[in-house]
Amino acid sequence: MTMLTPVPAISIQGVGKTFNPDSDEQVVALDGIDLDVEATEFVSLIGPSGCGKSTLLRLIADLVTPTAGTIEVFGKSAHQARLDRDYGMAFQSAGLFSWRKVARNIELPLELMGWSKADREARSAEMLELVQLPEFGNHYPWQLSGGMQQRVAIARALSFKPRLLLMDEPFGALDEMTREHMQNELLELVSEVGTTVVFITHSISEATFLSNRVVVLSPRPGRIHDIIDVPLGDHRTEDTREEETYFKCATEVREALRHVGASP
Amino acid sequence: MSAGFTVPRRLGAVAPAAIAGLVLLVLWELGVRAFGIREFVLPRPSSIGQALADNWSTSEGVSTVSLRQAGWNTTVIAVSGLVVGVLLGAALALLATRYVRVGRTLTPFAVAANATPIVALAPIFNAWFGITSPLSNQAVVVVVVFFPVFLNTARGLLEVEVSQIELMRSYGATDLSVLGKVRIPNAIPFFLTSLRLAAPLSVIAAIVAEYFGGPQDRLGPVITQNASFARYAEAWAAIVVASVVGLALFALAVALERVAMPWRRPVDGQ
Amino acid sequence: MVAAAPGGSAESVGRRWVQTGLLVAAALAFASLLWEGYKIVGGLIEDRWPDVLPVGPDDLTMPHVWEIAGSFIEPVQRGSSEILAVSLFKAAGFTLLEAGLGFLIGTVVGLGLAVLMLRSTWLDRALGPWINISQTVPLIALAPIVVTWGRTTFLGDTVSVALIAAYLTFFPVAVNGLAGLKSPAPEELELMRSYAATWSKTLFALRLPAARPYLFPAFKLAATLSVVGAIVGEISAGIRGGLGRVILDYAGRYTTGPEKLYAAVIAAALLGLFVFGMANLAEARVLRGEGRES
Repeated sequence: MTMLTPVPAISIQGVGKTFNPDSDEQVVALDGIDLDVEATEFVSLIGPSGCGKSTLLRLIADLVTPTAGTIEVFGKSAHQARLDRDYGMAFQSAGLFSWRKVARNIELPLELMGWSKADREARSAEMLELVQLPEFGNHYPWQLSGGMQQRVAIARALSFKPRLLLMDEPFGALDEMTREHMQNELLELVSEVGTTVVFITHSISEATFLSNRVVVLSPRPGRIHDIIDVPLGDHRTEDTREEETYFKCATEVREALRHVGASP
Repeated sequence: MSAGFTVPRRLGAVAPAAIAGLVLLVLWELGVRAFGIREFVLPRPSSIGQALADNWSTSEGVSTVSLRQAGWNTTVIAVSGLVVGVLLGAALALLATRYVRVGRTLTPFAVAANATPIVALAPIFNAWFGITSPLSNQAVVVVVVFFPVFLNTARGLLEVEVSQIELMRSYGATDLSVLGKVRIPNAIPFFLTSLRLAAPLSVIAAIVAEYFGGPQDRLGPVITQNASFARYAEAWAAIVVASVVGLALFALAVALERVAMPWRRPVDGQ
Repeated sequence: MVAAAPGGSAESVGRRWVQTGLLVAAALAFASLLWEGYKIVGGLIEDRWPDVLPVGPDDLTMPHVWEIAGSFIEPVQRGSSEILAVSLFKAAGFTLLEAGLGFLIGTVVGLGLAVLMLRSTWLDRALGPWINISQTVPLIALAPIVVTWGRTTFLGDTVSVALIAAYLTFFPVAVNGLAGLKSPAPEELELMRSYAATWSKTLFALRLPAARPYLFPAFKLAATLSVVGAIVGEISAGIRGGLGRVILDYAGRYTTGPEKLYAAVIAAALLGLFVFGMANLAEARVLRGEGRES
């Protein structure tokens, strides 16, 4: 450890979250979570249902407040990070507004930030190029396939070029082939922009392929069971899925999941 | 037409509404006194209450009939029309399920008919059944009630999830048992919601029909006669009676809903 | 979850209009046959067993279909140059004005209430039940009073009747509006929070657009109700110029011209249909292209 350690992108210390703390129906979703995510890192959260991964993501996003511990994003409180719009978010259902055309969907956060029409349109055009959907700006979401809608959702999340991307099973509803394709695209996108990513998934192969580290959570209450390094380097391709290291790491993740009770 | 807010189940949930109602009543009473609003704009609740009491069993006002009697007469017409309209609506909805193609062709006509001001038929019914006969007003209530009940119930019977029908067919079920086991249970919330709509509608339809002439011993004429002679407290008192009747029928419909489907929240109607 | 393309080619739209027209014509022809058939058969029955039928088949109670149709092109009154159809059209226009105004007022009030109840749960619970039962109060019965009050202020009779129409209109708009405003999924709301969007920005960017499929059925209902409110308001307040008064007059003068009453009632029905049709068209236009069924 050198004297000048860069500030981690996310610093989670001693975080716990209990829902309905004063009643009989209290649920301890998370307990004693310590995790640092470095800038430009790609970290996946994986675990059986009830392990609190969604809650953890929402704690980082300041959509939920912790009952114990602190969370810092880029050196400030999570709350301030949200107000400063330091992150973009993507969900399993693309969540596009059906009454807006694709380009206008991408422009949504920019509108809320008060960008001028010209700036917005320029940026949404740029993002459409980035996700390889340049001719679809004037279409309505229903005219696009699931994979395309998800690409638009990612374009929207990245439209204001945040340093952090929070994703809750964004590829969960897609078929296997589209999924792998989207994974490749996502990696290209975030390495181009240098974004830090926290990614929730149920898929071992997805977590292993995408991440620098995979965080395995155990359920009830949610705790970090293990963190597995995935030293596959920064330039992963189709071929990476057939490397030895890949299989080794995937197996580690699988073993860890077995320990916490997830069915194989 | 009701998923926006639920009818409260527990007493605690009723508190805000009760408070709001009381506040309104108090403001009304004080406001009229304080601002000296003239009686014809808005009589004080207390004067209305007084008129209600005075006219309940005997008429002190312009009309010759007591509020109790007039209320009863109108209620009889409203309820009889409601019952017939509901039964007809449900029956025809069932028929529409049996003869689907006929049903599908006729439904747009029903939707269109529902869009017309049905109460305008009142004078025609007067001509048909005679202006003194209760049948003419009952017919208006029947027609007004019939359409929403028919449309909603038919929707519930026909818009069943395809997967449920396929499941029944895979068991070799006949049309009749599909009807009984799948369609009718699916239709019940739609039917009950339409009852909620129809109940107060029946009272209003009865009163409006009464505006087109006929026997004077009913609520409609009591309201208009008192209003035209500037006896507004009495007119309002009659309106209170009409509202209470409508409310009672509405409460009955809601109670029926609770009893029949304790597990479900009401469904949007049209 | 890709929906089918909305609308269709100009040809198929045109074909649908023709189909509808034919269907309506067929229905009218069928109804006329039933009408005249009842008169003929009823006449025979009445000859044998008088007073058996609830509705008499005589020409006074049931004028012939062609008499009713013919009355539309006959002069309104003896010696008048205006035909009935034109006179009814003008009266319908007057009623439409009141209904339209009432619809506007009712919609504004209804939406306003919905937004208020969205903002405050307390108000939701306080006002909700009262709004629910507001329709049990036959305010229509208060029309004479509303009109009298209207005459003491600068508001004319038209506005007073419009207020009565508004009373019927605000209810479906408020109920459905609130349901629609509450309809967005939790994830969509989370998205807006992640943008640190204010409550009002979330209202305009998310909730209001999401409420439209709930609002349009309400608008259709409200449109037809506003016509009913206007007609009944006119009748009970004795206002001249609209269809309500015309119907009342012709009902009073029934024996001298029964077919006129039928014509007036038909005009009222057509007005209701017109307004309903307009609401449907508006919905189709606004939601065009979005691939959604409402």
